[in-house]
Amino acid sequence: MKPSQASMRSSLGRVRGAGAARAGSHHFIATRVTSVALLVLAPWFAIAAALQVRSYSDAFEFLRQPLNAVAVTLLALVGLYHMMLGMQEVIVDYIAKPVMRAVLLMLNLFFCVLLAAAALWAVLQINFGW
Amino acid sequence: MSAAMTDTARDSRPDVRPPEMRPLSPHLQIWRWHATMAASILHRATGVALYGAAALLVVWLVLVASGPSAYALADAIFDHWFGQLCLYGVVAAIAYHAANGVRHLLWDVGAHLNPKHAEVSAWFAFLIAIAAPTALFAYFFFAERL
Repeated sequence: MKPSQASMRSSLGRVRGAGAARAGSHHFIATRVTSVALLVLAPWFAIAAALQVRSYSDAFEFLRQPLNAVAVTLLALVGLYHMMLGMQEVIVDYIAKPVMRAVLLMLNLFFCVLLAAAALWAVLQINFGW
Repeated sequence: MSAAMTDTARDSRPDVRPPEMRPLSPHLQIWRWHATMAASILHRATGVALYGAAALLVVWLVLVASGPSAYALADAIFDHWFGQLCLYGVVAAIAYHAANGVRHLLWDVGAHLNPKHAEVSAWFAFLIAIAAPTALFAYFFFAERL
């Protein structure tokens, strides 16, 4: 931008380097795209589990069906990514202190990746373990 | 905007006060509650609640993978009335978050982005949040006895 152009940024904001990190579009689009997938996956799981799962053996057999195993894996991974993006938004909205914000963002990432790894292990164990 | 209006010129105008002097926007206690506001707040609240629900889904998967003796914990939770209540809440939260998410997807493409439709669709989202889990639980408890 030419210096003669009027900018919406204040002098202080420019010095501090505050403002858009230029990664917002990816966040916005990823939230929407994952939400469309979850619009199919989440109701499917709620209904299928309610109709078919009553006991341990029901749950085990349900998760050993190839289509169910794939769909549950997708639900877990896509859902966890979507909720990581959502919680990230909540954290940057409410937590102003830089260190606390960074720590919470990191915990959010770790927690979601941990859950994703556990979900993958569980589905693999049910289908290929023992 | 004229080229002469630089940041320095802007900041020296009498009506521009330093940040700490600027008026705050009215917060929750000030606003009259209305459907679209409740819908927005509830979307975030259910989103945060589903964060916990997703963790429970993964715990359920791990319990299934760990065998029948570990799954006794899941049975104990599902058999307890409080576990059922939580499960009902989770289904309601999914239904609401999904329904309200559709409102957002429509607005994102510019459809129905006006106060009247926003108001009506907010009530639809509340309705779905009540109807969907009720229907699912009614089916769960009564269908197989028919």
